[in-house]
Amino acid sequence: MMTRNLVIVGGGPAGLACAISAYDAGEKDILILEREEELGGILNQCIHNGFGLHTFKEELTGPEYADRYIQQVVDRKIEYKLGATVIDVNNKKQVTYVSKQDGLVTIDAKAVVLSCGCRERPRGAINIAGMRGSGIFSAGTAQKLVNVQGLSVGKEVVILGSGDIGLIMARRMTFEGAKVKAVVELMPYSSGLNRNIVQCLNDFDIPLLFSHTVVQVHGQGRLTGVTIAKVDENLRPLMETAQFIECDTLLLSVGLLPENELAKNADVEISPVTGGGVVDDGMMTTTEGIFQCGNVLHVHDLVDFVSEESALAGQRAVQYIKQGAPDCEKIKIETKNGVRYCVPALLKKDGDFTSSLNFKMRVASVYKNVTLTVFADGVVVAKKKRPIVTPGEMESITFKQEQIKILKTASNVQVSLEGGEK
Amino acid sequence: MRELICISCPMGCHLKVEGDTLENIVVTGNGCIRGVIYAKNEITAPKRMVCGTVKIEGATQPVVSVKTKEPIPKEKIFDCLEQFNQTTIFAPVNVGDVAISNVCGTGVDVVVTKGLAKK
Repeated sequence: MMTRNLVIVGGGPAGLACAISAYDAGEKDILILEREEELGGILNQCIHNGFGLHTFKEELTGPEYADRYIQQVVDRKIEYKLGATVIDVNNKKQVTYVSKQDGLVTIDAKAVVLSCGCRERPRGAINIAGMRGSGIFSAGTAQKLVNVQGLSVGKEVVILGSGDIGLIMARRMTFEGAKVKAVVELMPYSSGLNRNIVQCLNDFDIPLLFSHTVVQVHGQGRLTGVTIAKVDENLRPLMETAQFIECDTLLLSVGLLPENELAKNADVEISPVTGGGVVDDGMMTTTEGIFQCGNVLHVHDLVDFVSEESALAGQRAVQYIKQGAPDCEKIKIETKNGVRYCVPALLKKDGDFTSSLNFKMRVASVYKNVTLTVFADGVVVAKKKRPIVTPGEMESITFKQEQIKILKTASNVQVSLEGGEK
Repeated sequence: MRELICISCPMGCHLKVEGDTLENIVVTGNGCIRGVIYAKNEITAPKRMVCGTVKIEGATQPVVSVKTKEPIPKEKIFDCLEQFNQTTIFAPVNVGDVAISNVCGTGVDVVVTKGLAKK
């Protein structure tokens, strides 16, 4: 069996940043496995600008951001395989992949990083009544068809879901000469970034209908229209408000799901909230030697944060290869009062107070004038005042060394939203 | 007073803007200097980056992504896109290669954002 020190599953933004930082931390025996025919992952189809302001202090498009990292991988001569699909990872850190070139190969790894991203929720997951005419795409599929394959997907468009991909595609379809008739959002708020509502919808007078959903699709052969309706506070459609919109294309931007079939094979505990693995502050999952980072762990708003998190995963994977896992208790970080989840979910009581520590969180709804508060054994350790928090924008707290010491010796750690209007 | 959401980066700062000329504009709520620049431009002469694709021959894909190197006046977006549609370039291309120079008389070049080798 082939042996490698570090195998990274996925050559998108997470895998690339992880590989570079692992290499720089002293690990030279690295292999990246990428199922597509090029590195860069989803960035290759995200041709809009807005990437990299945190990392590079300039505004890049997706392909440019990917290129910066790919160049660093190439410069370090880190090995990668393209067209290599990983079909299994087990709890003994054995990774099995298939590729045209190599056939079926199993690698015995000292550490495995899963950085395989997420995929879109499909139509089947949201149960829209109607025929199966053509013209219904997930927003990301349409994005790839238009931006990479140069195809046209439709002329009159309705978009369901106001997540970032939906918003970006509203502008993109407008740029391609299509008429976007409406963006329809089930919730009373958008899960997308504010800047995207401004520059993708408002700039082109595209209506954004909150608390609405698509209740039926019409048309055999090709889509001829959709019926939309308002929803009540329980998100049930109010059929008396139903209205027909003529269109030939429906794009679905209804959420992203971490792609965790491989993690499950490796007995990694999956969080029911994020859909990603449960990791400790060293980015290790509940299976020893298997790490996660990027959108496979939890869906991020900004690729910059994916890169940052993945660089940490790379360093910690190398630390594990060199020293093994410390034999220590892990406590669960509790979330309450509107904080939906925290990454990491577990905190090691390993006595390491010098490594950096950062919590990333998402809230359940829109809240104003709240204080994001971290408690250790009931005592406030850190506070961050926020004029507004929304489910669409990830919150983050980075701790100082004295705070890390308190947190990592506590027996109970909680993250909560205090005060404000909910 | 006008409320704007800064689009300079994904933080999307909520800006409060007083005044309506370059000289008297006062911006609050911005996280960095870009917010002030954005508000001034947005009030006096709004600009946008334009990203899209142009046709490419001899590469592994039929189109390649491009962007305006700097933001261009908002009212020229669709003229600029029309230029994208009429342009064909040839592989190989590198990130930063100029695909269209001085697009629509804006003084701004359109550059390739993805390197593609010759097939």
